[in-house]
Amino acid sequence: MRRRAGSGVSDKAIILEHVSKAYTAGVPALNDVTLHINKGEFVFIVGDSGSGKSTLIKLLLRELLPTSGRVIVNGTDVVRLRRRQIPKFRRSLGVVFQDFRLLKDRNVYENVAFAQRIIQMPNREIRRNVPSILSTVGLAGKYKARPKQLSGGEQQRVALARALVNKPQILLADEPTGNLDPKNSWDIMNLLEKINNNGTTVLVVTHNREIVNAMQKRVITMKKGIIVSDEEKGGYIDED
Amino acid sequence: MRINTLFYCIKQGIRNIFKNKWFTLASVATISACLFLFGLFYSILTNFQHMVRNAEQGLCVSALLDAGMSDERVAEIRGTLMRRTEVSEVEYVSAEDTWAQFAEENNFGDISIFTENPLEDCAHFDIYLSDVSMQPALVSYLESVEGVRKVNQSFLTAQALTGVNAIIGYVSIGIIVILFLVSIFLISNTVSIGISVRKEEIQIMKYIGATDFFTRAPFVIEGMLIGLIGSFLPLIGVYFIYNEAMMYVAKRFPSLSQLLAFLPVETVFTNLIPVCIGLGVGIGFIGSFTTVRKHLSV
Repeated sequence: MRRRAGSGVSDKAIILEHVSKAYTAGVPALNDVTLHINKGEFVFIVGDSGSGKSTLIKLLLRELLPTSGRVIVNGTDVVRLRRRQIPKFRRSLGVVFQDFRLLKDRNVYENVAFAQRIIQMPNREIRRNVPSILSTVGLAGKYKARPKQLSGGEQQRVALARALVNKPQILLADEPTGNLDPKNSWDIMNLLEKINNNGTTVLVVTHNREIVNAMQKRVITMKKGIIVSDEEKGGYIDED
Repeated sequence: MRINTLFYCIKQGIRNIFKNKWFTLASVATISACLFLFGLFYSILTNFQHMVRNAEQGLCVSALLDAGMSDERVAEIRGTLMRRTEVSEVEYVSAEDTWAQFAEENNFGDISIFTENPLEDCAHFDIYLSDVSMQPALVSYLESVEGVRKVNQSFLTAQALTGVNAIIGYVSIGIIVILFLVSIFLISNTVSIGISVRKEEIQIMKYIGATDFFTRAPFVIEGMLIGLIGSFLPLIGVYFIYNEAMMYVAKRFPSLSQLLAFLPVETVFTNLIPVCIGLGVGIGFIGSFTTVRKHLSV
């Protein structure tokens, strides 16, 4: 296993120092994990079910607190965040989920605009930003459609547009291609790469062996709550 | 908070009402049913209290005065009595008036044939009470007043009225508290079920950085509007039923009109409208506020 050489804290988008998380007594979901991700990096996190990937994402989102250790995201120690500070912290992150998590009763425009409304963006700015980000993800012509009128790939693009409209420094994608066919999966991954090329740190949790192997990015492999491999331009490591 | 954010929350709250039609209907129906029962009981109990109070006001204590008491002394005693808090009215009936009244009640005809007033020593005060339970205190005071030779009281009637009044008070409080608790339980449950269905929506909002206020505001506005609508319907219902009941009793039992003197609908509704609206909106607010809170910890 190769760990990256340490550099200044200001260069780091994400720092985990000796992080453990146990839900109940027994096998911990994360066990003494130390991980540094630089600003502007594109990182895959791979591993089987129960390896601790989702727990890691939940810790970064401050949905969970670690049992021990430090979690620093965008320079913020998330363990020390007060409850009322969490919304502002989350606005610095973009999040995409496997099941898209769109507001079903609102159309594409309103789903994306919602992220801007919660940061109290003036309406005229919303009217300018939303069409712009929708054209970036290739959905400018479908702004009136409801989620159920869209394909899985299109719904994921809406989720991506919503995650990006507030220009987050870090994008967390939890199995973004899990519900998509190969073509749509590649479209989404190409979009994520494009976003990364514009300077956003991208962290993708995935099971998609083909994509991981083809993209030649940093790959962190987890197993039973520990990092078993951390490779620059790595590939999907078989469990067997 | 920006004004457009506030308008957005209000707009979403109103939109939710139409969007979740079945939830809205169920909640409005529950609130209306509870407040309708509450309104009916409130109207009935208020009228009972009013009737008992009327009966109390008709009750008086008579203080018979010494014969030949001077006008100055009569005025002095009257003044002292009027200053007492339990006294609402003092009526002086002279010996002549007492005799004339007695003769009229007993059909004596022309009383000028009597050369002397047989009730010469029956000049008295009729004292009406503002609080019938204070009758014993007034009687003992009157018995100590110089010039008052005898005090007539309706002790049993006063005691019965005081008892009825107290029972009505307890029953009112009991029924209203039970109805209030049942209403809160039913309405909170309905609101709770409606909001729990939208748990995912709340979680999505929280994941993308919405504050508790921003997430909660549309739900709370929705809950309050449902409470408002749910309180208007029973008020309209109770208004019509009340008027119909008054007219029916007046027509069917004209001889009881003195006893069954209903409060005017305006008097009952002066209190009932703000109480019902306050309950409806308040329960809608509390129900939605607490239910959303359960789902906010994401």
